[in-house]
Amino acid sequence: MNLSVNLRMALISLNSNKFRSALTLLGIVIGVSAVISLMAIGEGVQQTITARIESLGTNLLFIRPGESSENRISRGQGSAQTLTLDDAKELQSSFSSSFITGVAPESTTTKQIVWEKNNTSTRIVGVTPEYQSVRNYSLQSGEFIGYGHMENNSQVAVLGSRVSETLFGLRNPVGQQVKIGGRPFQIVGLLESKGSTGSFGFLDDQVLVPITTSYHRLSSQRSVNGGITVQTINVQIAEPMEMERAVQEISTLIRQRHRIEENDDFTITNQQETIETLKETTNIFVIFLGAIASISLLVGGIGIMNIMLVSVTERTREIGIRKALGAKRIDILGQFVTEATVLSLGGGIIGVLVGLFFILMLDGKPIFGDRVLETAFSSQIAILSLAVSAGIGLFFGIYPALRASRLNPIDALRYD
Amino acid sequence: MNDDSDLIIALEHVSKLYQMGNVIVPALTDASLSIQSGEMVSIVGPSGSGKSTLMNVLGCLDVPTSGKYLLSNEDVSQMNDNRLAKIRNAQIGFIFQTYNLLPRLTALGNVELPLLYGDSRDSKSRCVQALERVGLGERVNHRPSELSGGEQQRVGIARAIVKQPTLILADEPTGNLDSHSSNEIVAILQDLNKVENLTVVIVTHDLEVANCTDRIISMRDGRITDDSRVQNPRWLKTLESDFVGDN
Repeated sequence: MNLSVNLRMALISLNSNKFRSALTLLGIVIGVSAVISLMAIGEGVQQTITARIESLGTNLLFIRPGESSENRISRGQGSAQTLTLDDAKELQSSFSSSFITGVAPESTTTKQIVWEKNNTSTRIVGVTPEYQSVRNYSLQSGEFIGYGHMENNSQVAVLGSRVSETLFGLRNPVGQQVKIGGRPFQIVGLLESKGSTGSFGFLDDQVLVPITTSYHRLSSQRSVNGGITVQTINVQIAEPMEMERAVQEISTLIRQRHRIEENDDFTITNQQETIETLKETTNIFVIFLGAIASISLLVGGIGIMNIMLVSVTERTREIGIRKALGAKRIDILGQFVTEATVLSLGGGIIGVLVGLFFILMLDGKPIFGDRVLETAFSSQIAILSLAVSAGIGLFFGIYPALRASRLNPIDALRYD
Repeated sequence: MNDDSDLIIALEHVSKLYQMGNVIVPALTDASLSIQSGEMVSIVGPSGSGKSTLMNVLGCLDVPTSGKYLLSNEDVSQMNDNRLAKIRNAQIGFIFQTYNLLPRLTALGNVELPLLYGDSRDSKSRCVQALERVGLGERVNHRPSELSGGEQQRVGIARAIVKQPTLILADEPTGNLDSHSSNEIVAILQDLNKVENLTVVIVTHDLEVANCTDRIISMRDGRITDDSRVQNPRWLKTLESDFVGDN
């Protein structure tokens, strides 16, 4: 007995009990659509979080100075003044560009910025031209800080979009003169927004100036050895696989430069690790959602088994007839397993479509105030759900089918 | 007398015991029997006489507890389920008292069933031929519920002959039919026997039906008590005269 005959038989017998078949199908439809839509929501949340972290730039290492203390009271990690612009330059020149694609030191202070009658207090970040590519900024208009600005300690600034909005409204700020910390600065560029929602809104609420200008014109602190101190050196690595090696080699280089033998006066944070940690957390969340949905799929499977057992009992006589006419055990087994699989796979296909419908309905819907729910439908999960639902049909169909195949034809023929 | 190669059925001292709880019930005791190819035989006896058990053994639905059963010179008394299923499919055509058609399938679908479990070449044309043979050429797409009892039994006969078996086993084929339909069915069986030389074994307790066969085997209490030829078998009308213009 071949598959197409089995399929035809299955459809005939399922069709003769339409309502019952539909209810059984519904169990699987609910299970599969729940799995698909909950997994899509989970994936969406995960992708949103990852995308936001990666909007900082990708494959980054952050080098920060160690802690300093005053009268034995620590001022916290990053408070020491041990990292300098020269460290950054040395990093750039020591490693090949196929290994490290960019080195961007920065130092941040908070100052008041004034234009005409408007003013705001914001983060003033001293940066180098590499900062734009390393931290993945694009410009709305104007230009970024250049090497000429660095050499001349030029009093030029690039505005974040939120700062620009606060001071200039909808006007283009490029070419305007503002005062930062009481000194006149020319605005040369306006940054593209990084996205104003979520916890990364601060990326739009900042003003970029040349790091040399920031040190000489805006900061009162001076380093011990006369170099220009920086608070963070952002290092971009070419390959994510090379992160570990990069941490090792950069540490070695800075230790040599700082003549350190025991305690490092700096720390290196790996962006990839941060993402991994967050991914692990959200993965647990996704798996949890999937597990809950899977329970309903399991219940649907038990529904199939239940209805198949009823069906085998009801059709005992049919089984007897088929056996008398020459059906072997395997033929009867195949017939009932096919029937169960048609139910579960049919439910799976409808479930995927219903799930897809829910996903499209929910995508972009606001949740928690201004946050937007993003869903990520993955065809892998759809295919997996289909495979699982077919598997459920096989698994839960096999026991009733075995019972059917083991019936004694004489007893089965006599059954009423 | 025919020689051994023409023997379709050879039962040698066959017994069948059933266990009912703690009691062992002998349903068939020391039955020996031979049926030649082309014979039309009836088995008669009161209920409980063991004729159904004999029928099940002959139909390879059950194996004897002891003794030997040769079907077409092949020993089937020790075969496993799968081989028995193959034998049933290829060599035996069953006709049941309650027709045992599947209600969801059309006449054609029912006749096709034995072909699903074995050789299925040209299945459709073979099924249509079988249905035409029993005079139901016009009703191939009717479901059992749309057919009369006699017509349903004719579908049953078509299903039994579609694989051209060596043996037709009919278990009370007329038990649920009125006398007119009953005669139709017996006439078809007679015709198949005479025209196509099919071996037919009918279990019945209707002596009128038994008298239409060549030989009557009587049973009582699980034993064969009598085996005699019928002097002048009653010859019923042929298919052609009976079915042209029928329905």
